[in-house]
Amino acid sequence: MSVLNTPNGYTMDNSGKRVVVDPVTRIEGHMRCEVNVDENNMITNAVSTGTMWRGLEVILKGRDPRDAWAFTERICGVCTGTHALTSVRAVEDALGIQIPDNANSIRNMMQLALQIHDHIVHFYHLHALDWVNPVNALRADPKATSELQQKVGPSHPLSSPGYFRDVQNRLKKFVESGQLGLFKNGYWDNPAYLLPPEADLMATTHYLEALDLQKEIVKVHTIFGGKNPHPNWLVGGVPCPINIDGVGSVGAINMERLNLVSSIIDKCQEFNENVYIPDVIAIGGFYKNWLYGGGLSSQACLAYGDIPENPNDFSPEQLHLPRGAIINGNLNEVHDVDPRDPEQVQEFVDHSWYTYGEPGKGLHPWDGVTEPQYELGPNAKGTRTNIIELDEAAKYSWIKAPRWKGHAMEVGPLARYVVGYAKGHEDIKNQVDGLLRKMDLPLSAVFSTLGRTAARALESEYCSRLQRHFFDKMMTNIKNGDESTANVEKWDPSSWPKEAKGVGMTEAPRGALGHWVKIKDGRIENYQCVVPTTWNGSPRDTQGNIGAFEASLMNTKVERPEEPVEILRTLHSFDPCLACSTHVMSPDGEELTTVKVR
Amino acid sequence: MSDFAPDRVLVLGIGNVLWADEGFGVRCVEVMAETRAVPDKVKLLDGGTQGLYLLPFLEEADALIVFDAIDFGLAPGEMRVLRDDDVPAFMGAKKMSLHQTGFQDVIATAQLMNRCPAKLTLIGCQPVELEDYGGGLRPAVAAQIEPAIRECEAELARWGISVAAGVTQADDLADASIRRGAYEGGRPTEGEACRMGDHRFFPGAEKVRA
Repeated sequence: MSVLNTPNGYTMDNSGKRVVVDPVTRIEGHMRCEVNVDENNMITNAVSTGTMWRGLEVILKGRDPRDAWAFTERICGVCTGTHALTSVRAVEDALGIQIPDNANSIRNMMQLALQIHDHIVHFYHLHALDWVNPVNALRADPKATSELQQKVGPSHPLSSPGYFRDVQNRLKKFVESGQLGLFKNGYWDNPAYLLPPEADLMATTHYLEALDLQKEIVKVHTIFGGKNPHPNWLVGGVPCPINIDGVGSVGAINMERLNLVSSIIDKCQEFNENVYIPDVIAIGGFYKNWLYGGGLSSQACLAYGDIPENPNDFSPEQLHLPRGAIINGNLNEVHDVDPRDPEQVQEFVDHSWYTYGEPGKGLHPWDGVTEPQYELGPNAKGTRTNIIELDEAAKYSWIKAPRWKGHAMEVGPLARYVVGYAKGHEDIKNQVDGLLRKMDLPLSAVFSTLGRTAARALESEYCSRLQRHFFDKMMTNIKNGDESTANVEKWDPSSWPKEAKGVGMTEAPRGALGHWVKIKDGRIENYQCVVPTTWNGSPRDTQGNIGAFEASLMNTKVERPEEPVEILRTLHSFDPCLACSTHVMSPDGEELTTVKVR
Repeated sequence: MSDFAPDRVLVLGIGNVLWADEGFGVRCVEVMAETRAVPDKVKLLDGGTQGLYLLPFLEEADALIVFDAIDFGLAPGEMRVLRDDDVPAFMGAKKMSLHQTGFQDVIATAQLMNRCPAKLTLIGCQPVELEDYGGGLRPAVAAQIEPAIRECEAELARWGISVAAGVTQADDLADASIRRGAYEGGRPTEGEACRMGDHRFFPGAEKVRA
């Protein structure tokens, strides 16, 4: 038992009851969180760990750099395209390949489609169930639900009492069939659920509408990427030729397909405006006392920026999603971010199951080394193959600790919006101010779990407007006679330098994503990905700074430790791409109960 | 032959090819496309680790056949076929990989939307090794690809669909660089790139190793 003050301002007390939230997945790697709660059930210590080895260098070493995207696309179960985009950008950067204007617009539309898809699916199908109770929706009055709908989203056409009655009957049938299915893992009698039945029915109805919409959104990937899941990408551009007058030609983008893309963009915009944002405001209105979970967001935020207006130009003023770093809680100063600078992005391993040979050392990803050293600390409980409780004073995670100039940073939609707001980004500022006005909340409310959830909704709406912008831009370009989508001048490895290194950056839905590649004799010599969940879920660093997940859980009250819905709300607000099961342990390490939660 | 005669069948391979035998399902559809000529009413799809992305494909299908590596608690490399109600029930009992959780959700979602295929068949294989990141199929699992495809053919035959030897052109399969031959053949040696897994979440794999 000890009390520790971290350099980034937290007091960590690991006495009291330990609660373990143990997500189980195998995509970006397993994540697990352990927290200590005091006698008032207040979280006094938080430990986030990646419980699984995932070294991509293991796979990519010696491969053709032009193929790296296809491998990285398989890392994650959700962010396939964004890894592929980051990968082709890294290789193009290394080899000095310039992509054509249409390729930039198409890549942006694909990336934006991914953002919108991910944000909507995250909110309605993963996160909403932390706030919305579909079982309670069975008690709603359809007429009152219709009135609520017309009040919060007057432009949404699906709002009649009959419509909500139909959905309610469908839901009833589903629940009565005994297979609660998707909804079986909730704590539906937990007092933390505050919505009246009508709001629950409205949100559950939108859950179903979002399911239909998300199927449309991914068609953007099918059209531009040739197929989905796992769309095709290409170093030098995009693999889809444009043949605007073509009829039924296989693979080429013709007017018919472009019209389909245009209609999907409209549908996204309508849904974001009329359903998603109104829902966040309506649901958030019932949880206005829930302003926990801000963690590092008011202190240290990082965004690489994305969605370049013009091809091959990643200067900050050219990026629609902002780039910058905020440290020490100073929102008056936004630092520029240079992923090539060996002093900026560094990874530390003092609390990770790796070794650099000497303690306290940080390595830039280009020089990244992945040498495992799996050992539990003296105070860990359990065994090497069955950990019951970690010892966070020692090595405790398979995730390295990335730091920006030594600072632990939060990444993701909220970080992007904090950076954008601090920079005076007009669209972002208008959105945030407008939302706060409607909800009658102060700016400080942004730094919270709800703020993270709201930033995602605002970003989804902004992204659908950007999609329209790039669609129109591409159409103008095509009308001016430019149908080029790829530059294959440097396709042949004989045209490459003997050695080269590059970096690719994107803003994945869950935050800043970077791939660093070194190429030698036409083959990959080193490849390092620093993914958003590495930033957010990072363990402590040499100085003891805690990461974003850990910081966000601190000082939150867990009403029922055996149903830690508060922990899940905050962790899910980061969209960590995980399913999880929750184990609650007594202070002596005995498991009290196991609850499976998605 | 049963009375059931679907107009559209989805043959889906799911799993993560980067985790050794996890890739079994994806490799099955890959080999099926290379060695069989399936009629147009049968769609071969590499589902990878995707969840909701697969929903539209399910909704279009009258019947679904899934290849997957699943922990049945059998001997490594042993195969089992499950049908209809047993499929989601079984998948719900295991939560060892996100693609299963994800896929179980996809089935539940399709049911919620009243658009689930009328028939579900799961052709699963007990993995030998899961936690070898970057690794390929182990011989005992690779040896089940052909028998698994024959199970699939037999199921299709029961539904009145015949499959001939030949090749199927399918756009929805993995990029050439990560098809099995290139992927397994191009792997760096253990000396060049360290390999190490975490045993904790794979009791099946551990049991096998013991």
